[in-house]
Amino acid sequence: MTKLCQWLCGLALLGSAWAALALTPQGLRLPAPYREVLLLLPVYLLVAFGCYSLATVGYRLATFN
Amino acid sequence: RFSGKDFEIVIIDDGSPDGTQEVAEQLEKIYGPERILLRPRPRKLGLGTAYIHGMKHATGNFIIIMDADLSHHPKFIPEFIRKQKEGNFDIVSGTRYKGNGGVYGWDLKRKLISRGANFITQVLLRPGASDLTGSFRLYRKEVLQKLMEKCVSKGYVFQMEMIVRARQLGYTVGEVPISFVDRVYGESKLGGNEIVSFLKGLLTLFATT
Repeated sequence: MTKLCQWLCGLALLGSAWAALALTPQGLRLPAPYREVLLLLPVYLLVAFGCYSLATVGYRLATFN
Repeated sequence: RFSGKDFEIVIIDDGSPDGTQEVAEQLEKIYGPERILLRPRPRKLGLGTAYIHGMKHATGNFIIIMDADLSHHPKFIPEFIRKQKEGNFDIVSGTRYKGNGGVYGWDLKRKLISRGANFITQVLLRPGASDLTGSFRLYRKEVLQKLMEKCVSKGYVFQMEMIVRARQLGYTVGEVPISFVDRVYGESKLGGNEIVSFLKGLLTLFATT
């Protein structure tokens, strides 16, 4: 399986799990706050990854011999 | 030289205009043609074919590939050999990004591009090696031959592809920190073109391996 394939499978898995939980109309009795967070979770993760990337590259640049 | 190891040096010169050929011939006179194998080529034919050409004339069990302009310092060679014996590795890769490996002669921008590109590569390819674009490596001869058959890219991407394919084929890769000394005679050699072709190559590897 190519790396691209792995990524697509992983994203499909997470995506469907998220969609099932976050987009069902009244399927799940989740309190409103949880639902809000869940809906925004992908965006949060993206931003978190962006911050992690910047921090990691910055750290490695600073400690580059 | 007097380390007790059996070695030979294969020098492949693609018609360098700076007198490399004459110096190499003098070395051959000093150390003898069994030790120094001069195998010049008529004109610049590219790194991949230089590897293939060199391998045809190499008679040892292991092949060390390095830049000849002292950007790769020979003092690391015993380290490579020691590491290979330690783990019986198929490949030992010199890394600038781990341990006390590093570079000398790069400005901040160049270092940033280097670290950034390596980060993206690590995220996308998860190669299990810290330095994919380095070209100071030791290979078992059969391993290098096998990899040369399989690799199709050029330039930086070629070096990356070697390691990625090696992992695919189940070869073991060890690492040794090295310092890369850049001979900067004027402008930087990393233009927009190289960055674009690096990214294209990276995405190709991402999609095909």
